[in-house]
Amino acid sequence: MALSGSDVDRPLYGRGPSPGLRFTLYAIVSIVLMYYDRHGQLVQRFRYGLQAMVYPVQVAVGSPEQGWRAISDSFQTRRALRAENAQLRAELRDAQLATMRQAALEQENAQLRNLRASLPPLISHWQLAQIIDVQTDPLRERLVIDKGAREGVRADQAVVDSHGILGQVERVGPFSAEVILVTDPEGAIPVQVLRNGLRTIAVGGGTDGEIVLPYLASNADIKSGDLLVTSGLGGVFPAGFPVGRVMGVRRDSSQLPAQVRAQPVADIERDREVALLQFSADNPSAPAPNPPIAPVPAAKSKSKSKPHPPADQQDE
Amino acid sequence: MATNAHPRLMILMTAIAGLVLSLLPLPHSVAVFWPAFLVLVVIYWSTMLPRAGGMTLGFAAGLALDAFQGSVLGEHALALCLVTYLAIRLNLLVRAKPLFEQSLFVFAALMAYEFLLWVIDGWSGHALSTPLRWLPTVTGGLLWPLVAGILGRFHLAR
Repeated sequence: MALSGSDVDRPLYGRGPSPGLRFTLYAIVSIVLMYYDRHGQLVQRFRYGLQAMVYPVQVAVGSPEQGWRAISDSFQTRRALRAENAQLRAELRDAQLATMRQAALEQENAQLRNLRASLPPLISHWQLAQIIDVQTDPLRERLVIDKGAREGVRADQAVVDSHGILGQVERVGPFSAEVILVTDPEGAIPVQVLRNGLRTIAVGGGTDGEIVLPYLASNADIKSGDLLVTSGLGGVFPAGFPVGRVMGVRRDSSQLPAQVRAQPVADIERDREVALLQFSADNPSAPAPNPPIAPVPAAKSKSKSKPHPPADQQDE
Repeated sequence: MATNAHPRLMILMTAIAGLVLSLLPLPHSVAVFWPAFLVLVVIYWSTMLPRAGGMTLGFAAGLALDAFQGSVLGEHALALCLVTYLAIRLNLLVRAKPLFEQSLFVFAALMAYEFLLWVIDGWSGHALSTPLRWLPTVTGGLLWPLVAGILGRFHLAR
């Protein structure tokens, strides 16, 4: 099979096709795989199985950190535990105070909307998932969580921590799921400035764990300290969930868009658990699962390997 | 060199170690520089024992990277196949050189690898890019003597 007779091709042990032929074969296989990963269902199913195989290794890779955390947890001093307990009590009290009137407010809201029956709660169901792996590189900010299709996790589900939006489920395996974070440069999330309702799209900043708002004109009414909340567009997140806080605004006269950086409110670096939310469809604040405006080709492409929201949202 | 099983087992173990190292969850500041250790391991075995791992090693390692990193299936496989092919083809040339020149070769191979990834990223719709993505190729080249030293200890002292 040797294509050329050089020394390199003479088998030292084992026989088989020359490296050149093998390279060609494998390259063709790779290209075919890539094509069908984008355009077919078969590779998708293969991929689903692959994610199950990958899961144990991901657990193993994440285990040193998990182990270290478990050790530092079990060796906490009595005093540290007491302090933590006191702090948790204080937080609980604050949360209770903040939500004390929620039932009344929901009732009032329903009345204002002229609804006789009280509304179902916006979040119909939520489940906690452990973070088993964090993937960071300049172009990717992902989490892998330990709940997958077996536990009812779906693609495009909203993922939050106790402070705010973390991201959304991008790919689901049988036992695990991959979450694209709000700081991922390929992720984008429709937001609104809480102070004045200014709507825009927040895009992940990549390496620095930041969010940027690239689509604001230089005279946009936004300043440091503004809270960004989800605007409810896009069909993934309901309106009003906190996303980030504006850290700095730079307006150069030479550059038309303002350069706005924001810090995610979710504590991405320190989270161990995340919550996956499901919304009850009959609550008016719930995001529409499939925006009816989206043209058919867009909806078709959405089911493929790239469920990034921005393309659809910008279409609207 | 008469037995096939022994070096293959060793290659498998070191490749898994390289994979784990490549996938370690890291803080941002380190992740920017973190080279793809699995690629370095594959380059090492492809130059030192080109027959034991062969192209299959590169292809399998690339598929593993694809599975773990969620990229288009076949992306890393193709790029790593190219690197493996280069390393196997040029193994006699590279092996005889001092570590410094090997580093240069590794740097070039990593650049080819990253370039191919960049092209495929663009083709598959991940058009975003940053100059930072080329940084790990530099650190990969710089870390080569270390990686080669450690792996050499494995297979030369067996």
